[in-house]
Amino acid sequence: MIGEWFEKLSLYLRFAPVQHALIVGVLIALCAALLGVTLVLKRFSYIGDGLSHVAFGAMSIAAVLNLTHQMWLILPITILSAILLLRTGQNAKIKGDAAIAMISVGALAFGYLLMNIYNTSSNLTGDVCSTLFGSTSILTLRDSDVWLCVILSIIVVIIFILFYNKIFAVTFDEDFAKATGTRANAYNLLIAVVIAVIIVMAMNFVGSLLISALVIFPALSAMRLFRSFKSVTIFSAVLSVICALVGMLISILAGTPVGSTIVAVDAAAFVICFLTGAVKGGIRA
Amino acid sequence: MALLTVQNLSLGYDNRTIVADLNFVVNQGDYLCIVGENGSGKSTLMKTLLHLQAPVGGTILTGDGLKKNEIGYLPQQTMVQKDFPASVREIVLSGCQARRGLRPFYSREDKELVEENLKRLHIEDLAKRCYRELSGGQQQRVLLARALCATRKVLLLDEPVSGLDPKVTAEMYEMITQLNREGITIIMITHDIAAAAAYASHILHIGSTVFYGTKKEYLASDLGKFFLKITEGGDAQ
Repeated sequence: MIGEWFEKLSLYLRFAPVQHALIVGVLIALCAALLGVTLVLKRFSYIGDGLSHVAFGAMSIAAVLNLTHQMWLILPITILSAILLLRTGQNAKIKGDAAIAMISVGALAFGYLLMNIYNTSSNLTGDVCSTLFGSTSILTLRDSDVWLCVILSIIVVIIFILFYNKIFAVTFDEDFAKATGTRANAYNLLIAVVIAVIIVMAMNFVGSLLISALVIFPALSAMRLFRSFKSVTIFSAVLSVICALVGMLISILAGTPVGSTIVAVDAAAFVICFLTGAVKGGIRA
Repeated sequence: MALLTVQNLSLGYDNRTIVADLNFVVNQGDYLCIVGENGSGKSTLMKTLLHLQAPVGGTILTGDGLKKNEIGYLPQQTMVQKDFPASVREIVLSGCQARRGLRPFYSREDKELVEENLKRLHIEDLAKRCYRELSGGQQQRVLLARALCATRKVLLLDEPVSGLDPKVTAEMYEMITQLNREGITIIMITHDIAAAAAYASHILHIGSTVFYGTKKEYLASDLGKFFLKITEGGDAQ
Protein backbone atom coordinates (compact mmCIF):
# COMPACT_ATOMS: atom_id res chain seq x y z
CA MET A 1 0.00 0.00 0.00
CA ILE A 2 2.70 2.46 1.04
CA GLY A 3 4.88 1.32 -1.86
CA GLU A 4 1.97 2.00 -4.16
CA TRP A 5 1.58 5.54 -2.79
CA PHE A 6 5.27 6.15 -3.13
CA GLU A 7 5.24 5.01 -6.74
CA LYS A 8 2.25 7.20 -7.52
CA LEU A 9 3.91 10.16 -5.84
CA SER A 10 7.24 9.80 -7.63
CA LEU A 11 5.36 9.50 -10.90
CA TYR A 12 3.49 12.74 -10.25
CA LEU A 13 6.56 14.57 -9.00
CA ARG A 14 8.21 14.11 -12.39
CA PHE A 15 5.57 16.33 -14.00
CA ALA A 16 6.54 19.98 -14.41
CA PRO A 17 3.05 21.28 -13.45
CA VAL A 18 3.19 19.37 -10.16
CA GLN A 19 6.66 20.73 -9.45
CA HIS A 20 5.45 24.25 -10.20
CA ALA A 21 2.47 23.78 -7.94
CA LEU A 22 4.72 22.65 -5.09
CA ILE A 23 7.07 25.62 -5.52
CA VAL A 24 4.24 28.13 -5.67
CA GLY A 25 2.46 26.53 -2.72
CA VAL A 26 5.54 26.58 -0.50
CA LEU A 27 6.37 30.19 -1.33
CA ILE A 28 2.84 31.40 -0.68
CA ALA A 29 2.63 29.51 2.59
CA LEU A 30 5.96 31.02 3.67
CA CYS A 31 4.95 34.62 2.88
CA ALA A 32 1.51 34.26 4.44
CA ALA A 33 2.95 32.89 7.69
CA LEU A 34 5.63 35.61 7.96
CA LEU A 35 3.10 38.42 7.80
CA GLY A 36 0.47 36.40 9.68
CA VAL A 37 2.22 36.83 13.03
CA THR A 38 2.05 40.61 12.72
CA LEU A 39 -1.56 40.62 11.55
CA VAL A 40 -2.74 38.37 14.37
CA LEU A 41 -0.90 40.43 16.99
CA LYS A 42 -2.13 43.74 15.59
CA ARG A 43 -5.70 42.36 15.74
CA PHE A 44 -5.90 42.60 11.96
CA SER A 45 -6.67 38.92 11.32
CA TYR A 46 -9.86 39.84 9.55
CA ILE A 47 -8.17 42.15 7.08
CA GLY A 48 -6.96 39.07 5.19
CA ASP A 49 -10.50 37.83 4.87
CA GLY A 50 -11.81 41.19 3.73
CA LEU A 51 -9.08 41.68 1.15
CA SER A 52 -9.52 38.22 -0.30
CA HIS A 53 -13.16 39.02 -1.01
CA VAL A 54 -12.11 42.27 -2.63
CA ALA A 55 -9.69 40.27 -4.77
CA PHE A 56 -12.59 37.99 -5.73
CA GLY A 57 -14.65 41.02 -6.79
CA ALA A 58 -11.72 42.38 -8.80
CA MET A 59 -11.24 39.01 -10.44
CA SER A 60 -14.84 38.93 -11.62
CA ILE A 61 -14.43 42.39 -13.12
CA ALA A 62 -11.30 41.16 -14.89
CA ALA A 63 -13.17 38.11 -16.11
CA VAL A 64 -16.07 40.20 -17.43
CA LEU A 65 -13.66 42.53 -19.22
CA ASN A 66 -12.02 39.43 -20.67
CA LEU A 67 -8.52 40.51 -19.67
CA THR A 68 -5.70 38.12 -20.44
CA HIS A 69 -3.50 39.35 -17.59
CA GLN A 70 -6.02 39.54 -14.77
CA MET A 71 -3.26 40.20 -12.20
CA TRP A 72 -2.73 43.76 -13.46
CA LEU A 73 -6.27 44.65 -12.43
CA ILE A 74 -6.62 42.51 -9.31
CA LEU A 75 -3.37 43.58 -7.67
CA PRO A 76 -3.90 47.38 -7.74
CA ILE A 77 -7.54 47.13 -6.62
CA THR A 78 -6.62 44.89 -3.68
CA ILE A 79 -3.69 47.09 -2.64
CA LEU A 80 -5.92 50.16 -2.78
CA SER A 81 -8.52 48.49 -0.56
CA ALA A 82 -5.81 47.45 1.90
CA ILE A 83 -4.70 51.06 2.23
CA LEU A 84 -8.32 52.24 2.58
CA LEU A 85 -9.10 49.67 5.28
CA LEU A 86 -6.03 50.68 7.23
CA ARG A 87 -6.97 54.36 7.05
CA THR A 88 -10.50 53.73 8.33
CA GLY A 89 -9.01 51.74 11.18
CA GLN A 90 -7.19 54.88 12.24
CA ASN A 91 -9.77 57.64 12.10
CA ALA A 92 -12.61 55.45 13.28
CA LYS A 93 -15.58 57.29 11.75
CA ILE A 94 -16.68 53.83 10.67
CA LYS A 95 -15.04 51.34 13.02
CA GLY A 96 -12.32 49.15 11.56
CA ASP A 97 -14.08 45.79 11.91
CA ALA A 98 -17.35 47.15 10.51
CA ALA A 99 -15.52 48.69 7.56
CA ILE A 100 -13.83 45.38 6.80
CA ALA A 101 -17.12 43.48 7.01
CA MET A 102 -18.81 46.03 4.78
CA ILE A 103 -16.17 46.04 2.05
CA SER A 104 -15.76 42.28 2.25
CA VAL A 105 -19.39 41.22 1.76
CA GLY A 106 -19.96 44.08 -0.65
CA ALA A 107 -17.15 42.91 -2.91
CA LEU A 108 -18.26 39.28 -2.65
CA ALA A 109 -21.84 40.10 -3.66
CA PHE A 110 -20.74 42.49 -6.39
CA GLY A 111 -18.34 39.91 -7.82
CA TYR A 112 -20.92 37.14 -7.95
CA LEU A 113 -23.52 39.50 -9.42
CA LEU A 114 -21.15 40.54 -12.22
CA MET A 115 -20.25 36.97 -13.01
CA ASN A 116 -23.94 36.08 -13.17
CA ILE A 117 -25.03 38.96 -15.39
CA TYR A 118 -22.17 38.71 -17.87
CA ASN A 119 -22.09 34.98 -17.88
CA THR A 120 -19.74 33.76 -20.58
CA SER A 121 -18.91 30.35 -19.20
CA SER A 122 -21.19 27.34 -19.39
CA ASN A 123 -20.26 26.22 -15.89
CA LEU A 124 -20.80 29.30 -13.72
CA THR A 125 -21.27 27.50 -10.40
CA GLY A 126 -18.08 25.55 -10.98
CA ASP A 127 -16.15 28.74 -11.81
CA VAL A 128 -17.38 30.57 -8.72
CA CYS A 129 -16.78 27.56 -6.52
CA SER A 130 -13.20 27.19 -7.69
CA THR A 131 -12.48 30.91 -7.17
CA LEU A 132 -13.84 30.73 -3.64
CA PHE A 133 -12.37 27.45 -2.51
CA GLY A 134 -9.42 27.02 -4.83
CA SER A 135 -9.30 24.15 -7.24
CA THR A 136 -7.18 21.70 -9.10
CA SER A 137 -6.34 24.68 -11.30
CA ILE A 138 -3.09 24.88 -9.38
CA LEU A 139 -1.88 22.18 -11.75
CA THR A 140 -2.74 24.31 -14.75
CA LEU A 141 -0.71 27.34 -13.66
CA ARG A 142 0.84 29.16 -16.57
CA ASP A 143 4.60 29.70 -16.60
CA SER A 144 4.10 33.46 -16.34
CA ASP A 145 1.97 32.98 -13.20
CA VAL A 146 4.65 30.82 -11.64
CA TRP A 147 7.37 33.37 -12.38
CA LEU A 148 5.28 36.26 -11.09
CA CYS A 149 4.64 34.31 -7.90
CA VAL A 150 8.32 33.46 -7.41
CA ILE A 151 9.44 37.05 -7.95
CA LEU A 152 6.75 38.53 -5.68
CA SER A 153 7.54 36.01 -2.94
CA ILE A 154 11.23 36.83 -3.04
CA ILE A 155 10.42 40.53 -2.80
CA VAL A 156 8.07 39.89 0.15
CA VAL A 157 10.68 37.84 2.03
CA ILE A 158 13.42 40.44 1.43
CA ILE A 159 11.13 43.27 2.57
CA PHE A 160 10.21 41.26 5.66
CA ILE A 161 13.84 40.63 6.62
CA LEU A 162 14.94 44.23 6.00
CA PHE A 163 12.02 45.68 7.94
CA TYR A 164 11.78 42.94 10.59
CA ASN A 165 12.89 45.19 13.47
CA LYS A 166 10.62 48.02 12.38
CA ILE A 167 7.66 45.68 11.96
CA PHE A 168 8.28 44.41 15.50
CA ALA A 169 8.45 47.94 16.93
CA VAL A 170 5.26 49.02 15.17
CA THR A 171 3.42 45.82 16.10
CA PHE A 172 4.36 45.83 19.76
CA ASP A 173 3.68 49.47 20.49
CA GLU A 174 2.63 51.82 17.73
CA ASP A 175 2.33 54.88 19.98
CA PHE A 176 5.80 54.46 21.43
CA ALA A 177 7.26 53.96 17.96
CA LYS A 178 5.54 57.10 16.69
CA ALA A 179 6.46 59.16 19.75
CA THR A 180 10.14 58.32 19.42
CA GLY A 181 10.18 59.19 15.74
CA THR A 182 9.63 55.91 13.88
CA ARG A 183 7.43 56.51 10.84
CA ALA A 184 4.79 54.06 12.01
CA ASN A 185 2.19 55.08 9.43
CA ALA A 186 4.57 54.39 6.58
CA TYR A 187 5.34 50.92 7.95
CA ASN A 188 1.66 50.18 8.50
CA LEU A 189 1.12 51.09 4.86
CA LEU A 190 3.95 48.79 3.84
CA ILE A 191 2.41 45.93 5.83
CA ALA A 192 -0.96 46.54 4.15
CA VAL A 193 0.54 46.55 0.65
CA VAL A 194 2.55 43.39 1.29
CA ILE A 195 -0.46 41.55 2.71
CA ALA A 196 -2.51 42.57 -0.34
CA VAL A 197 0.18 41.12 -2.62
CA ILE A 198 0.25 37.86 -0.66
CA ILE A 199 -3.53 37.53 -0.82
CA VAL A 200 -3.67 38.03 -4.56
CA MET A 201 -0.95 35.41 -4.99
CA ALA A 202 -2.72 32.98 -2.71
CA MET A 203 -6.10 33.36 -4.38
CA ASN A 204 -5.37 30.98 -7.24
CA PHE A 205 -3.98 28.56 -4.80
CA VAL A 206 -6.37 28.05 -1.90
CA GLY A 207 -9.25 30.18 -3.12
CA SER A 208 -10.38 33.47 -1.67
CA LEU A 209 -12.46 32.07 1.20
CA LEU A 210 -9.61 30.02 2.66
CA ILE A 211 -6.73 32.52 2.45
CA SER A 212 -7.21 33.76 6.02
CA ALA A 213 -6.45 30.24 7.20
CA LEU A 214 -2.95 30.39 5.67
CA VAL A 215 -2.36 33.71 7.40
CA ILE A 216 -3.82 32.94 10.81
CA PHE A 217 -3.32 29.24 11.63
CA PRO A 218 0.51 29.03 11.59
CA ALA A 219 0.84 32.20 13.68
CA LEU A 220 -1.65 31.00 16.28
CA SER A 221 -0.02 27.57 16.41
CA ALA A 222 3.42 29.09 16.96
CA MET A 223 2.11 31.41 19.68
CA ARG A 224 0.94 28.37 21.66
CA LEU A 225 4.49 27.04 21.84
CA PHE A 226 7.00 29.89 21.64
CA ARG A 227 7.68 32.94 23.72
CA SER A 228 9.75 35.36 21.70
CA PHE A 229 8.78 37.21 18.55
CA LYS A 230 11.67 35.81 16.55
CA SER A 231 11.00 32.18 17.48
CA VAL A 232 7.25 32.60 16.84
CA THR A 233 7.96 34.05 13.40
CA ILE A 234 10.47 31.36 12.42
CA PHE A 235 8.35 28.50 13.72
CA SER A 236 5.20 29.72 12.03
CA ALA A 237 7.06 30.02 8.70
CA VAL A 238 8.48 26.50 9.00
CA LEU A 239 5.17 25.03 10.13
CA SER A 240 3.29 26.73 7.34
CA VAL A 241 5.67 25.39 4.69
CA ILE A 242 5.45 21.85 6.10
CA CYS A 243 1.65 21.99 6.28
CA ALA A 244 1.43 23.27 2.70
CA LEU A 245 3.70 20.49 1.44
CA VAL A 246 1.88 17.76 3.36
CA GLY A 247 -1.49 19.16 2.26
CA MET A 248 -0.47 19.24 -1.40
CA LEU A 249 0.92 15.69 -1.33
CA ILE A 250 -2.23 14.38 0.34
CA SER A 251 -4.38 16.18 -2.20
CA ILE A 252 -2.38 14.63 -5.06
CA LEU A 253 -2.61 11.13 -3.61
CA ALA A 254 -6.20 11.25 -2.41
CA GLY A 255 -7.52 13.48 -5.18
CA THR A 256 -8.95 16.02 -2.70
CA PRO A 257 -9.17 19.78 -3.42
CA VAL A 258 -5.82 21.46 -2.74
CA GLY A 259 -6.94 24.50 -0.76
CA SER A 260 -9.21 22.81 1.72
CA THR A 261 -6.73 19.95 2.25
CA ILE A 262 -3.95 22.38 3.19
CA VAL A 263 -6.25 24.28 5.52
CA ALA A 264 -7.33 20.99 7.13
CA VAL A 265 -3.66 20.10 7.73
CA ASP A 266 -3.05 23.59 9.17
CA ALA A 267 -6.01 23.15 11.51
CA ALA A 268 -4.75 19.74 12.62
CA ALA A 269 -1.32 21.25 13.30
CA PHE A 270 -2.97 23.96 15.39
CA VAL A 271 -4.77 21.36 17.51
CA ILE A 272 -1.48 19.53 18.09
CA CYS A 273 0.32 22.76 19.02
CA PHE A 274 -2.55 23.81 21.28
CA LEU A 275 -2.51 20.51 23.16
CA THR A 276 1.29 20.49 23.41
CA GLY A 277 1.21 24.05 24.71
CA ALA A 278 -1.48 23.20 27.24
CA VAL A 279 0.45 20.17 28.52
CA LYS A 280 3.73 22.10 28.75
CA GLY A 281 2.03 25.08 30.39
CA GLY A 282 0.23 22.74 32.78
CA ILE A 283 3.46 21.13 33.90
CA ARG A 284 5.20 24.48 34.31
CA ALA A 285 2.33 25.95 36.31
CA MET B 1 16.66 77.91 26.89
CA ALA B 2 14.43 75.27 28.49
CA LEU B 3 14.04 71.71 27.21
CA LEU B 4 10.35 72.27 26.59
CA THR B 5 8.50 75.57 26.47
CA VAL B 6 4.73 75.38 26.18
CA GLN B 7 2.96 78.57 25.19
CA ASN B 8 -0.81 79.21 25.12
CA LEU B 9 -1.42 75.55 24.37
CA SER B 10 -5.03 74.43 23.83
CA LEU B 11 -5.87 70.75 23.74
CA GLY B 12 -8.81 68.78 22.48
CA TYR B 13 -10.34 66.49 19.92
CA ASP B 14 -11.96 67.47 16.62
CA ASN B 15 -11.49 71.17 17.41
CA ARG B 16 -13.42 70.77 20.68
CA THR B 17 -11.20 72.29 23.33
CA ILE B 18 -10.76 70.49 26.66
CA VAL B 19 -8.01 72.64 28.14
CA ALA B 20 -7.13 76.15 27.01
CA ASP B 21 -4.11 78.40 27.45
CA LEU B 22 -1.57 76.16 29.13
CA ASN B 23 1.78 77.78 29.82
CA PHE B 24 4.71 76.00 31.41
CA VAL B 25 8.39 75.26 30.96
CA VAL B 26 10.42 72.13 31.66
CA ASN B 27 14.11 72.60 32.42
CA GLN B 28 16.91 70.06 32.42
CA GLY B 29 16.71 68.02 35.65
CA ASP B 30 13.12 68.95 36.53
CA TYR B 31 10.64 66.42 37.93
CA LEU B 32 7.27 67.65 36.72
CA CYS B 33 4.07 65.95 37.84
CA ILE B 34 0.91 66.57 35.86
CA VAL B 35 -2.12 66.05 38.07
CA GLY B 36 -5.84 66.53 37.60
CA GLU B 37 -9.16 64.73 37.70
CA ASN B 38 -10.13 62.00 35.24
CA GLY B 39 -11.10 63.52 31.91
CA SER B 40 -9.27 66.78 32.62
CA GLY B 41 -7.02 66.26 29.61
CA LYS B 42 -3.86 64.79 31.17
CA SER B 43 -3.49 62.03 28.60
CA THR B 44 -4.35 64.42 25.77
CA LEU B 45 -1.59 66.72 26.97
CA MET B 46 0.84 63.79 26.99
CA LYS B 47 -0.11 62.78 23.46
CA THR B 48 0.29 66.34 22.28
CA LEU B 49 3.73 66.65 23.88
CA LEU B 50 4.72 63.45 22.06
CA HIS B 51 3.42 64.79 18.74
CA LEU B 52 0.91 61.94 18.50
CA GLN B 53 -1.84 64.50 18.26
CA ALA B 54 -1.93 68.06 16.94
CA PRO B 55 -2.75 70.84 19.42
CA VAL B 56 -5.91 72.89 18.86
CA GLY B 57 -3.82 76.01 19.37
CA GLY B 58 -0.54 77.28 20.81
CA THR B 59 3.03 76.04 20.46
CA ILE B 60 5.44 73.55 21.99
CA LEU B 61 9.07 74.62 21.60
CA THR B 62 11.98 72.29 22.23
CA GLY B 63 15.37 73.65 23.21
CA ASP B 64 18.75 72.73 24.70
CA GLY B 65 19.45 70.52 21.70
CA LEU B 66 16.45 68.27 22.43
CA LYS B 67 15.29 66.66 19.21
CA LYS B 68 11.70 65.66 18.58
CA ASN B 69 12.46 61.96 18.84
CA GLU B 70 14.58 62.17 21.98
CA ILE B 71 11.69 61.90 24.39
CA GLY B 72 11.40 58.51 26.07
CA TYR B 73 7.84 57.41 26.73
CA LEU B 74 6.39 54.98 29.23
CA PRO B 75 2.84 54.39 27.98
CA GLN B 76 -0.01 52.71 29.78
CA GLN B 77 -0.22 49.04 28.87
CA THR B 78 -2.39 48.18 25.91
CA MET B 79 -4.53 45.11 25.32
CA VAL B 80 -2.22 44.01 22.49
CA GLN B 81 0.75 43.76 24.84
CA LYS B 82 -0.94 41.55 27.43
CA ASP B 83 -0.50 38.39 25.35
CA PHE B 84 2.34 39.47 23.06
CA PRO B 85 4.97 36.79 22.52
CA ALA B 86 8.23 38.71 22.86
CA SER B 87 11.32 38.39 25.00
CA VAL B 88 12.38 41.20 27.30
CA ARG B 89 15.52 41.83 25.24
CA GLU B 90 13.54 42.15 22.00
CA ILE B 91 11.28 44.76 23.59
CA VAL B 92 14.06 46.81 25.16
CA LEU B 93 15.99 46.71 21.87
CA SER B 94 12.99 48.18 20.06
CA GLY B 95 13.62 51.37 22.06
CA CYS B 96 16.66 51.94 19.83
CA GLN B 97 14.53 51.65 16.68
CA ALA B 98 13.87 55.31 15.97
CA ARG B 99 17.56 56.20 15.89
CA ARG B 100 18.21 53.54 13.25
CA GLY B 101 16.36 55.53 10.60
CA LEU B 102 16.16 53.40 7.49
CA ARG B 103 19.06 51.12 8.46
CA PRO B 104 17.53 47.67 8.93
CA PHE B 105 19.50 46.07 11.77
CA TYR B 106 20.67 47.03 15.26
CA SER B 107 24.31 47.89 15.84
CA ARG B 108 26.66 46.63 18.53
CA GLU B 109 26.30 49.97 20.36
CA ASP B 110 22.53 49.52 20.44
CA LYS B 111 22.91 46.09 22.00
CA GLU B 112 25.39 47.40 24.58
CA LEU B 113 22.97 50.20 25.46
CA VAL B 114 20.29 47.57 26.03
CA GLU B 115 22.49 45.57 28.42
CA GLU B 116 23.42 48.76 30.25
CA ASN B 117 19.79 49.76 30.76
CA LEU B 118 18.75 46.24 31.80
CA LYS B 119 21.43 46.42 34.52
CA ARG B 120 20.41 49.94 35.48
CA LEU B 121 16.88 48.74 36.25
CA HIS B 122 18.05 45.44 37.80
CA ILE B 123 16.29 43.23 35.26
CA GLU B 124 19.31 41.75 33.45
CA ASP B 125 18.32 38.26 34.64
CA LEU B 126 14.93 38.65 32.94
CA ALA B 127 16.44 39.36 29.48
CA LYS B 128 15.39 36.05 27.95
CA ARG B 129 12.04 35.78 29.70
CA CYS B 130 8.74 36.22 27.90
CA TYR B 131 7.19 39.62 28.54
CA ARG B 132 3.63 38.37 29.02
CA GLU B 133 4.71 36.04 31.85
CA LEU B 134 6.20 38.81 33.99
CA SER B 135 4.53 40.53 36.94
CA GLY B 136 3.08 44.01 36.49
CA GLY B 137 6.04 45.67 38.20
CA GLN B 138 8.56 43.76 36.10
CA GLN B 139 6.69 44.68 32.91
CA GLN B 140 6.84 48.36 33.87
CA ARG B 141 10.59 48.08 34.38
CA VAL B 142 10.99 46.50 30.96
CA LEU B 143 9.06 49.35 29.33
CA LEU B 144 11.10 51.85 31.37
CA ALA B 145 14.32 50.25 30.10
CA ARG B 146 12.98 50.55 26.55
CA ALA B 147 12.20 54.24 27.13
CA LEU B 148 15.74 54.78 28.44
CA CYS B 149 17.09 53.31 25.20
CA ALA B 150 15.18 55.97 23.30
CA THR B 151 16.39 58.93 25.36
CA ARG B 152 19.17 60.25 27.54
CA LYS B 153 17.30 63.39 28.45
CA VAL B 154 13.54 63.33 29.00
CA LEU B 155 11.13 60.63 30.14
CA LEU B 156 7.36 60.98 29.88
CA LEU B 157 5.56 58.57 32.19
CA ASP B 158 1.83 57.96 31.86
CA GLU B 159 0.40 56.67 35.16
CA PRO B 160 3.47 54.49 35.80
CA VAL B 161 2.09 52.83 38.93
CA SER B 162 -1.50 52.07 37.94
CA GLY B 163 -2.37 48.50 38.84
CA LEU B 164 0.76 47.92 40.95
CA ASP B 165 0.63 46.88 44.60
CA PRO B 166 1.87 49.33 47.29
CA LYS B 167 5.31 47.76 47.71
CA VAL B 168 6.03 47.69 43.97
CA THR B 169 4.59 51.19 43.64
CA ALA B 170 7.07 52.49 46.21
CA GLU B 171 9.94 50.73 44.38
CA MET B 172 8.82 52.23 41.08
CA TYR B 173 8.74 55.76 42.51
CA GLU B 174 12.15 55.17 44.08
CA MET B 175 13.54 54.08 40.72
CA ILE B 176 12.11 57.11 38.92
CA THR B 177 13.57 59.43 41.57
CA GLN B 178 16.93 57.71 41.15
CA LEU B 179 16.82 58.29 37.37
CA ASN B 180 15.96 61.93 38.01
CA ARG B 181 18.99 62.26 40.31
CA GLU B 182 21.13 60.84 37.52
CA GLY B 183 20.09 63.83 35.41
CA ILE B 184 17.09 62.62 33.46
CA THR B 185 14.22 65.05 33.27
CA ILE B 186 10.94 63.46 34.34
CA ILE B 187 7.43 64.40 33.25
CA MET B 188 4.90 62.18 34.98
CA ILE B 189 1.13 61.99 34.69
CA THR B 190 -0.47 60.74 37.86
CA HIS B 191 -3.66 61.04 39.83
CA ASP B 192 -1.73 60.19 42.99
CA ILE B 193 -1.43 63.74 44.35
CA ALA B 194 0.28 62.54 47.51
CA ALA B 195 3.08 61.00 45.42
CA ALA B 196 3.36 64.17 43.37
CA ALA B 197 3.71 66.16 46.58
CA ALA B 198 6.38 63.76 47.82
CA TYR B 199 8.59 63.45 44.73
CA ALA B 200 8.03 66.26 42.22
CA SER B 201 9.99 69.47 41.84
CA HIS B 202 7.22 71.16 39.83
CA ILE B 203 3.50 70.52 39.57
CA LEU B 204 1.07 71.23 36.76
CA HIS B 205 -2.54 70.86 37.85
CA ILE B 206 -5.06 70.89 35.02
CA GLY B 207 -8.83 70.87 35.19
CA SER B 208 -11.40 73.56 35.90
CA THR B 209 -8.59 75.59 37.47
CA VAL B 210 -5.04 75.44 36.14
CA PHE B 211 -1.95 75.77 38.30
CA TYR B 212 1.71 75.62 37.37
CA GLY B 213 4.59 76.18 39.74
CA THR B 214 7.10 74.56 42.05
CA LYS B 215 5.95 71.98 44.54
CA LYS B 216 6.34 74.51 47.38
CA GLU B 217 4.09 77.01 45.65
CA TYR B 218 1.53 74.29 44.95
CA LEU B 219 1.42 73.08 48.54
CA ALA B 220 0.97 76.66 49.70
CA SER B 221 -1.84 77.39 47.21
CA ASP B 222 -5.50 76.91 48.01
CA LEU B 223 -5.87 74.44 45.15
CA GLY B 224 -3.02 72.29 46.46
CA LYS B 225 -4.26 72.33 50.03
CA PHE B 226 -7.76 71.42 48.90
CA PHE B 227 -6.71 68.44 46.80
CA LEU B 228 -4.19 67.07 49.28
CA LYS B 229 -6.93 67.18 51.90
CA ILE B 230 -9.36 65.24 49.69
CA THR B 231 -6.75 62.59 48.94
CA GLU B 232 -5.87 62.15 52.57
CA GLY B 233 -9.58 61.98 53.42
CA GLY B 234 -10.00 59.35 50.71
CA ASP B 235 -7.13 57.28 52.06
CA ALA B 236 -8.49 57.37 55.59
CA GLN B 237 -11.78 55.78 54.60
